[in-house]
Amino acid sequence: MWRVGFVFGVVACFLSLAGLVEALHARWVVDGVVSTGQTLLLILGATAGAVAASKRGGSLGAGLLAGLVAGATVGFCVGFLVWLQTQVPLRAMFVNASPTLFQLLSAGHRPEVAWPFAVLVGSWLGLLGAAASRAPGKWIRPPVTGAAAVVAFALFQELVLLMLQPESLVAIRDWFFVGGGGPTAQGAAVLFAAGAAASALRAPLHSAARRANLAPRAARWVWGLVGVAALAALPVAGGPFVAQVLVLVGLYTLMGLGLNLEVGLAGLLDLGFVAFFAIGAYTVGLLTSVGEHGIAHWSFWAAVPVAVLVSLVAGVVLGIPVLGIRGDYLAIATLGFGEIVRLLVLSDALRPWLGGSQGVLAIPKPVLAGFEFSGPQQLYYLTVLASALVAYVAWRLQNSRLGRAWMAIREDEDVAEALGINLVSVKLLAYGLGAAFAGVGGALFAVLVGSVFPHSFQLLISIQVLALIIVGGIGSIPGVILGSVVLIGLPELLREFGEFRFLVYGVALVMMMLLRPEGLLPAAAQRRQLHAFEEEPEPAVLTGRQVPAGGGS
Amino acid sequence: MAAGSAVAPRVRRFSFVDAFLWAFRLAVVAVVVWGTVGTLRLGRYTAEQWMDFFVFGLAQGGIYALIALGYTMVYGILRMINFAHGEVFMSGAYTAYFVAAPLAASGFLNRQPFVSLLLLLAVAAAVSTGIAVLVERVAYRPLRRAPRLVPLITAIGASFFLQYAFRGLYGSGFKAYPEFDLFKGEWELLGVGILRTQAVVLVSAAVLMFALYQFVMRTKVGKAMRAVSEDKDAAALMGIDVDRIIVLTFAIGGAAAGAAGILYALVFKQVHFFMGFVPGIKAFTSAVLGGIGNIPGAMLGGMFLGVVESVGPALFLDGLGIPAPYQLKDVIAFTMLVMVLIFRPQGILGERLAGKRA
Repeated sequence: MWRVGFVFGVVACFLSLAGLVEALHARWVVDGVVSTGQTLLLILGATAGAVAASKRGGSLGAGLLAGLVAGATVGFCVGFLVWLQTQVPLRAMFVNASPTLFQLLSAGHRPEVAWPFAVLVGSWLGLLGAAASRAPGKWIRPPVTGAAAVVAFALFQELVLLMLQPESLVAIRDWFFVGGGGPTAQGAAVLFAAGAAASALRAPLHSAARRANLAPRAARWVWGLVGVAALAALPVAGGPFVAQVLVLVGLYTLMGLGLNLEVGLAGLLDLGFVAFFAIGAYTVGLLTSVGEHGIAHWSFWAAVPVAVLVSLVAGVVLGIPVLGIRGDYLAIATLGFGEIVRLLVLSDALRPWLGGSQGVLAIPKPVLAGFEFSGPQQLYYLTVLASALVAYVAWRLQNSRLGRAWMAIREDEDVAEALGINLVSVKLLAYGLGAAFAGVGGALFAVLVGSVFPHSFQLLISIQVLALIIVGGIGSIPGVILGSVVLIGLPELLREFGEFRFLVYGVALVMMMLLRPEGLLPAAAQRRQLHAFEEEPEPAVLTGRQVPAGGGS
Repeated sequence: MAAGSAVAPRVRRFSFVDAFLWAFRLAVVAVVVWGTVGTLRLGRYTAEQWMDFFVFGLAQGGIYALIALGYTMVYGILRMINFAHGEVFMSGAYTAYFVAAPLAASGFLNRQPFVSLLLLLAVAAAVSTGIAVLVERVAYRPLRRAPRLVPLITAIGASFFLQYAFRGLYGSGFKAYPEFDLFKGEWELLGVGILRTQAVVLVSAAVLMFALYQFVMRTKVGKAMRAVSEDKDAAALMGIDVDRIIVLTFAIGGAAAGAAGILYALVFKQVHFFMGFVPGIKAFTSAVLGGIGNIPGAMLGGMFLGVVESVGPALFLDGLGIPAPYQLKDVIAFTMLVMVLIFRPQGILGERLAGKRA
């Protein structure tokens, strides 16, 4: 199974040369012992072993051997990279091939030793991964969860540190964390134990709860209240930075809900979606700005309905020409529209009205009854409210006659038309309402930043929104929220991750389509449809065990 | 149903959608006519300048046409847009920079300019071929039987991944491509001065396209490719290995895109990880303009788009009194893209009807 190992080895070398490993090396998983960058490499080695073992099937010995070979191959590839670096100046080509990286990859050994060392470590990891993939799930899950807990704490330690700011908690903090470093050894041990225990106890607790037959309605209320309280407390506990991130998550949720109407429900792939976000933002900017481009000096509250209306009309107007286009042609045509809007706004031709690349400045913050939504911590509540409102509307739409009509045209336009659905009005409603949702997001974005300029509205945003609804689960409203938390919130919080997030988006789009096309929190109908084409059972990578022939997955 | 998909002759009312589309058409025609008349009345440009615009447009069009071959051949066979093709184009040119820079530093580039150019073209074509085949293997092949939206999404993902992968590997800055001393300045041709780089680009693009066309029309493999694009199942029954032909199509499209990348670097003298996006979209526009799936069409479409884009800002927009019309060069290209998708998805040479394939 050296081929599996080779693929993982190439991935490991690529991630190293692309700079991700070194970037993550700046953060310790256990202070002074192992960094997140090293952990990434270790995980790759072990995963190679696990994949090889589960692909190989057969007896335990054969599986372990496959894992060993795969792991050794990963180590061989990494070792080869280290050796290569001593022969040719890799840095002339790869900007990230720094001495620090090779120090890390060779674990401080001399190049001649580093290569065999890498193969040895790889073999062990592969063996470990193979063993883990063959062991029963109940043995494996607790330690994996524990390790994941430690890594998660290491990655998000700034957040935890922020919350442990008060004087009374300093002692706990210092016991757990080395300032600016990572969890201490004892801290990591406690985290590991907690994660493992939670995982081990989860199943018994779950069945106990079921046996006790807690009233589900009451439980739901309790959980709902806890959720609302947590949502309200988050920006206060986390500070302005966390609030800023949460507002961004909210804005992307708004856009995601809008695009979800178009892509998820109506099946119209719109890559120019960011244009409507921009139109909402510019409308609010122009109507409320006290700077030179302001035309009305309205209050935010008066401008928002206008912004939503303008976005809606823009959605319909740009929707009319593309009514007759389907599939990938539609995607490209809408992409063209989005770029045209951006280039026009950016151009000198419209500069007197829209400010060209400088944009519209001096947008005042909204004020309600003397309370100014001055920063992200205040605007957060506005965003959450708007998202909740829009999510409710989206949910009602989804279950309405219109929502069913959308789903019908997604499945088959011709059949839908034959059933008496007016394609023109139904499609235009999808474009218009989707654009209106994005317009709400744009309006909030304008007051959050205080200025709007064309560089905020790149195609990248459309792709990010598309990625988040796909990762979350196309056509599913909870999926949109989860998607924006995972794809927008987490990378914002992980500052090392900054320049690699787009790399991860690309991988996420491809991998989701390959492995789990229905997304993380799928809508029921979508799941059935997307799995209909799979004739063979899914590869049993996730469970780690071979699915017997005929067994459903 | 709206205009564009009216395949069968049927009685249709003239709806508000049709009215809107007509208004859109008339508006574009009005802008073009009004602007052209205005520009010609102003007489700001000399005949020589128009000639320069035209030749530059042809050179750029040649590059678009080479990239467009990849789109059109893949579409012909798989009926899908290889959204990552612009990145395939970028990968070759960007990687070949690391060959060009040492060549220039050692002086070999100017001692043996033609050998160097061939070497760079070969390196770029090889890298682009590799990337194109890799993308096909990872992102498209496992999804052959999936719903249509699925491969499009993986294509977008692959495109994004490639951009940022190369950014991570080679850095995010612009890299200045070394220049050939031989290609500086102008050549006199029929009494007209032509920039040497543009002449080289035009000739190389023409030779490559001719070679590719001959390959597809004359060789056995080319015949197999055409057979697969006509009917995959029938081709398989005739003993053609469809998977192999598909890989080969990606490889040839990739090689053409890689070569186009070097020509692009000759003209614009710099490379960047994001350089594939706009030429990619424009090449796609060229492919659709010429009739997607149609190889001579892609060449024609590329040239046409290149010329319109180069002449357009001066001809259509200057006369309207728009400041800095060159900023709107891409707007012209994107407007052409949208117009052709809406009004004539089958393209100029219109052999196939694209409206029905969803």
